[in-house]
Amino acid sequence: MPHAFPIFPQEASTVAPAVDHLFYFLTAVSVFFASLIFLLIFYFAIKYRRRSKDELPPKNQVINNIPLEVTWTVIPMILVAVMYLWGAEIFVRNAMPPPNALEIFVIGKQWMWHIEHSNGKREINALHIPAGVPVKLTMTSQDVIHDFSVPAFRMKMDVVPDRYTTEWFEATQPGKYRLFCDQYCGMGHALMRGWVYVMSPQDYQRWLTSGVTGQTMAQQGEALYNQLGCVTCHGTGKGPPFVGLYGRPVKLSDGTTVIANDAYIRESILEPSAQIVNGYRAIMPTFKGQVSEEQILQLTAYIKSLASTESNTGAP
Amino acid sequence: MSSQEIAIEPKVNYLNCDYSIKSWLLTTDHKRIAWLYMMAITFFFTVGGIAATLMRLNLLEPQGLLVEPETYNKLFSIHGIIMVFFFLVPSIPAVMGNFFLPMMLGARDVAFPKLNLLSWYVFMTGGSLVLYAVIAGGVDTGWTFYTPLSTLYLNTHVMAAAGGVFIAGFSSILTGLNFVVTIHKMRAPGLTWFRLPLFVWAMYAASIIFIIGTPVVAISLFLIIVERLFHVGIFDPSLGGDPILFQHLFWFYSHPAVYVMILPSMGVVSELITTFSRKRIFGYHFVAFSSVAIAAIGFLVWGHHMFISGQSVYAGLVFSALSMAVAIPSAVKVFNWTATLYKGSISYEAPMLYALGFIGLFTIGGLTGLFLATTATDQHLHDTYFVIAHFHYIMVGGAVMGYLGGIHYWWPKMTGRLYPDGWARVAAIIVFVGFNLTFFPQFVLGYLGMPRRYAVYPAEFHTLNVISTAGASILGLGYVIPLIYLAWSIRYGPVAGPNPWKATGLEWKTSSPPPTHNFEETPIVTEEPYRYDLLAEEIHVA
Repeated sequence: MPHAFPIFPQEASTVAPAVDHLFYFLTAVSVFFASLIFLLIFYFAIKYRRRSKDELPPKNQVINNIPLEVTWTVIPMILVAVMYLWGAEIFVRNAMPPPNALEIFVIGKQWMWHIEHSNGKREINALHIPAGVPVKLTMTSQDVIHDFSVPAFRMKMDVVPDRYTTEWFEATQPGKYRLFCDQYCGMGHALMRGWVYVMSPQDYQRWLTSGVTGQTMAQQGEALYNQLGCVTCHGTGKGPPFVGLYGRPVKLSDGTTVIANDAYIRESILEPSAQIVNGYRAIMPTFKGQVSEEQILQLTAYIKSLASTESNTGAP
Repeated sequence: MSSQEIAIEPKVNYLNCDYSIKSWLLTTDHKRIAWLYMMAITFFFTVGGIAATLMRLNLLEPQGLLVEPETYNKLFSIHGIIMVFFFLVPSIPAVMGNFFLPMMLGARDVAFPKLNLLSWYVFMTGGSLVLYAVIAGGVDTGWTFYTPLSTLYLNTHVMAAAGGVFIAGFSSILTGLNFVVTIHKMRAPGLTWFRLPLFVWAMYAASIIFIIGTPVVAISLFLIIVERLFHVGIFDPSLGGDPILFQHLFWFYSHPAVYVMILPSMGVVSELITTFSRKRIFGYHFVAFSSVAIAAIGFLVWGHHMFISGQSVYAGLVFSALSMAVAIPSAVKVFNWTATLYKGSISYEAPMLYALGFIGLFTIGGLTGLFLATTATDQHLHDTYFVIAHFHYIMVGGAVMGYLGGIHYWWPKMTGRLYPDGWARVAAIIVFVGFNLTFFPQFVLGYLGMPRRYAVYPAEFHTLNVISTAGASILGLGYVIPLIYLAWSIRYGPVAGPNPWKATGLEWKTSSPPPTHNFEETPIVTEEPYRYDLLAEEIHVA
C-alpha cells in the first residue's frame, strides 16, 4: 500500500516559517495570475467562439493600447521586486551564522557524510544537534560536489572539494529529520542520506560526552602539529606563530591583508607559497597529499584554540 | 488571390520532383532539410522518451522497480542529454524554422543552402557519437556534466557523449548564422522589420543565442575532454582547477539555451493565436521586442543555477534580481496573447488547442520559475523535484506543445494533406491532461524535499511518484497517437489546398506542398502581418 502522503513539509528550524511565508506569498501570486489568465482564456474562448465557418470578428479593433501594456508591465515588476527583497533578506540572514553558533564539521565523500564535533566525537550519516542553539556547519568534500540538505530546516548548501562552504540553522523542534545529498554525485547519490537528530540541550550534552574516550579535535590537531613537524618552525619563530592568530588580520608580503579564517589556514597548509606572511620567507613545503581533510580541520581547530590565549606574542 | 480558387495542385512540388535517396541526402532545399531534421529529432525524441519511461517505471517503487541505481543514473543522463541537445534545441528552429523562415520572408531558400545541409550532417555526426555512448554502455554524468564528477570520477562514456554534444553545437551555430543572414538579406520587397511575422522575430532572437552561447558550452565540454585525456587541471581541484568554473561556463550557455527552446515556441504560438482567432496580434511591438529582451537578459541570469554552489552571496543577489527581470517580458507576452483573443472569432482546431495549452502551461512554468529566482525559496527548492516540474512545464508544456502545435498547423503546407482533426484534438487533450498529471505532483514532491536524480527514495514520497508515473503513461499515449495519424495522412489524408486555415502569412500564398522554389513569383508585401481584418474581402469575394 502506498504510504499516506503529506502536502506540507515539517517546519523544524527558525528560518523554516520565514521561507514558508514567502512560499505562500509566491503561491498566492501564482494562483492569482494563473487563474486570471485561465479564466480570461476560457471566457474569451466561449464568448468569442466562431459560430459559422466564414465568421469574422468585428472590424476596427484595438490592437495597441500603451496604458494597458504599461500596466501589465509595471504590476509584475512591483510584485517581483517584493519577492526579490523578501527573499534576499532571508538569504542574507542564512549566509551569516551568528558568532556564538555551535560549530560542527562535515566532510562529504562518495557516498556518505562524515561528521565531527569539536570534542572529537564522530558520526556517519547522522547529525546530532541541540534544539534552540544556532549550529554552523563547516563543510568540504573529499571528492566530488555534494550538497547537505535538510528539507525540514529549508536549508541546503553545496559541499565542494578544495574549499569550505558553510550553512547554519537553529532547530526548533526535537525530533528526527531527513538529511539528503541534493547534488548528483555519482552511483550512490540516492543512498547518500541520513538523519538529523534534534535533541534538547541536556540530551545533546549527554550524547556528546557519552562514549568519548579520545581527544578533542583541537587536541588531535596539537598532536598532528608535533607529529608533522609544524612545531619546528612555527614554534621557534622561524615561521609565523599561531598564538592569537585565528580570526585576526594577517599582513602578507605583497602588502595585502587577509583574515586568518578556516579557508586561509587550509590554503596555507596545502599551498604555503600562495600567501606569504610579511617578514617570512617562502620555505614551507606543501602538505598536499599528506594530510586529509579531517586532519586539516583538526589542525585548524588547534590553531583556533590558541586564538583566545592572552599572550599575543609576535603575532603580525 | 483567393484560397479556394487554386484547387489544381501544381504537378511538380518539392516532394515529388525527385524520389531518389540521393536527392534527399544531398538536397540543399531548405524544405527537404527540414524533413531530414524532423526524422532525426523524432528518432531522438523516441530514444529520450524511452529513457524517461524506464525512469518513471523505476520510480513506481521507493526501492526502485526495475533497475540498479547505476542504470537509473544512466537513464536520466541519456534522457537529459538527448532531449535537450538533440530534440529541444534543434526542434522548432531546425524543422519549422528551416521550412518556413524562408517562406515567411518570400525567399527561395536560406542564405547559405549548402551550409544548411552541412549543419544537418554535423548534427547527425554529433548525434551518432552520443548514440554510440548510449549503446556502448551509457553515460552517467547527468546532462549538466558537473565537474569534477565528470572529469575524474566516472568511467562511463563521458568523452563520446561530451564530444557528441560539442559537435552538434556547431550545427546550432551554422543554423543560427544562416537564419540571421537570411532575415537580414533575403526579405521580400516591402517586407520591413515591423512587417515580419512574430515567428521570424522569435527565430532571430533564438539565432542570436545560438551564435553567442553555443561556442561557450562547446568549449566547456571540450575542456572536460582535455582534462580527462591529458589531466590538465582546469576543473578538478586535485589538479589545481576550479570545479565551480565549469558551472559558470556551462550555465552561461545552458540558461540562454532554455530560451532557445522556448522562444521559437512563443513564435509559433503567436502565429496560431492570430490565425485561429482571425485577429491581428495585440501589441505587435511589445511581443516582438519581448523576444529580444528575453534573449538579451537571458545571458545575464546564469548564476541563478548557483545560489547554493558556494558562489558569493552578492553574486547570488545580483543574479536573483536579473532573473526576476526575465519574468517581465514573459508576462507581457502572455498578456498580449490573451488580449488577442478578445473579440476574436475563435475556432478550436488541434493547433489552437496546443496553443491555448501552451499559454496555460507556460504560465504555470513561468510563475513557478519565480520560486527558484527568489533566493530564499531556491535555497529550499534547489535540486529537488520542484525544479524538475518547473522546467518540464517550460520545456515540455511550453516548447513541446509549441512544436506539436506548429507541426499540426503547418502539416497541410508541408505535405499537402490534412490529418483527421478529431483524432488530433483528442491527442492534444490527452497530452495536456497527461502532462499535468505527470508533472504537477512533482511540485509538491519538491516542496516536501525530494531530491532530483534519486534512483531510490524514502517511502513518504511514494504516492505522489505513483501518480506521476500514471500521468506519464497517459502523456506517452498522447505522443504516439499523432505519429500514427500524421503518417497515415501523408498517403490517405484529404488534399489540403494552399490555405486550409485562411491564414495570412506568405507561406500560405503558395501551393501545398510548395514548389521547389517556394513561390512562382516573388511576393511583394504591402501590409503588416496578421491583417485578418482584410480577410473579409477575400471571403466575401469567394
